Amino acid sequence: MELVALFISAILINNFVLHYFLGICPFLGVSKKIDSAFSMGLAVTFVMTITAVITWVINHWILLPNNLEYLQIVSFILVIASLVQLVEMFIRKVSPPLYQAMGIYLPLITTNCAIMGLALLAALKNYSFVETVVFGVGSGIGFTLAIILMAGIREQLDLSDVPEPLKGAGIALIVAGIMALAFLGFSGMIK
Amino acid sequence: MPPRTIGEEFTKGLWHENPIFRQLLGMCPTLAVTNAVINGIAMGLATTFVLIFSSIVVSSIKKLIPNQVRIASYIVVIATFVTMADRFLAAFFPLISKDLGPYVPLIVVNCIILGRQEAFSSKNSVGRSFIDALGMSAGFILALLILSSIREILGAGTFLGHQFLGSWFEPWVIMILPPGAFITLGILIALTFVIEHKIKQRR
Repeated sequence: MELVALFISAILINNFVLHYFLGICPFLGVSKKIDSAFSMGLAVTFVMTITAVITWVINHWILLPNNLEYLQIVSFILVIASLVQLVEMFIRKVSPPLYQAMGIYLPLITTNCAIMGLALLAALKNYSFVETVVFGVGSGIGFTLAIILMAGIREQLDLSDVPEPLKGAGIALIVAGIMALAFLGFSGMIK
Repeated sequence: MPPRTIGEEFTKGLWHENPIFRQLLGMCPTLAVTNAVINGIAMGLATTFVLIFSSIVVSSIKKLIPNQVRIASYIVVIATFVTMADRFLAAFFPLISKDLGPYVPLIVVNCIILGRQEAFSSKNSVGRSFIDALGMSAGFILALLILSSIREILGAGTFLGHQFLGSWFEPWVIMILPPGAFITLGILIALTFVIEHKIKQRR
């Protein structure tokens, strides 16, 4: 039951983009078309889940037993960078259509703070292994949801008459603000 | 393009290439920590420390780094300084460190820092990289200060924790919640566009 609550709160309440402000760069950069937003969300969810597993193992089996917590930042970022590279090669070999769909978004994920944020938050909150995995999948889905909604709104926005200075980043941020406001409504769901 | 003077190298970070308002880099920490002025200042100073020292180190070892592994090398350099900043804050300012949570370690993926190494320090002398890092940090702190002042004053009626507006003022709680961050930054970016446009017209 607690795992279900964690899953739902990772998607709706503690949404990575709208609550933690993580992954803003792809959220603003890759949200002009719904299909590219979907591919980006897919790639992020995929990498997030794997990152959650690997960083948990490193943190709990290598760093914590040896009192090396201060190496968390360095080791997490290196693991994420090499992991993305490996995942990219693996997908290219195993499933070319999937590789086509994720395409250029995979390498971009290395510098996505959402991935690093996930690893750090899971370590900070002392989640168990299962909790970490659930948190990773839920956060990925939450990111996908936010970026697809944003892309849908921005496709409509192209047709509307936006004041000159607000064009581009300005209006995108204000839209994100209104979305965050709407998502605040979910916060009463789980106490 | 003629080479910039030292002064221009510094001031470009404040306005023309301001990392937040003009280049739209490093948005995540900007939005996340500006709910109070003190957090904004702490974040700005921590980022400044990391940016300046990473720029010095990267620009002095740029000839030793093979081109293929340069990004990974930059990240290791940056991560080292981020760890130092994180430990320092945790040891001397535990309350602020707790407030900032995962956002101090996250300086490691702040695109401003990696961006400056790739775009500037890897091609310029140590002195110029230092000035550039100083200017960019000043621009970043300036943006954080503006954003966090607006949010704290309107959202809590206080400035640096002291009562700023009278008791008649009903705080707009929304300003210190996430939506306030997005909307305020959106309006500020629009404002900088307007000002930039006015400056261009006058020339």
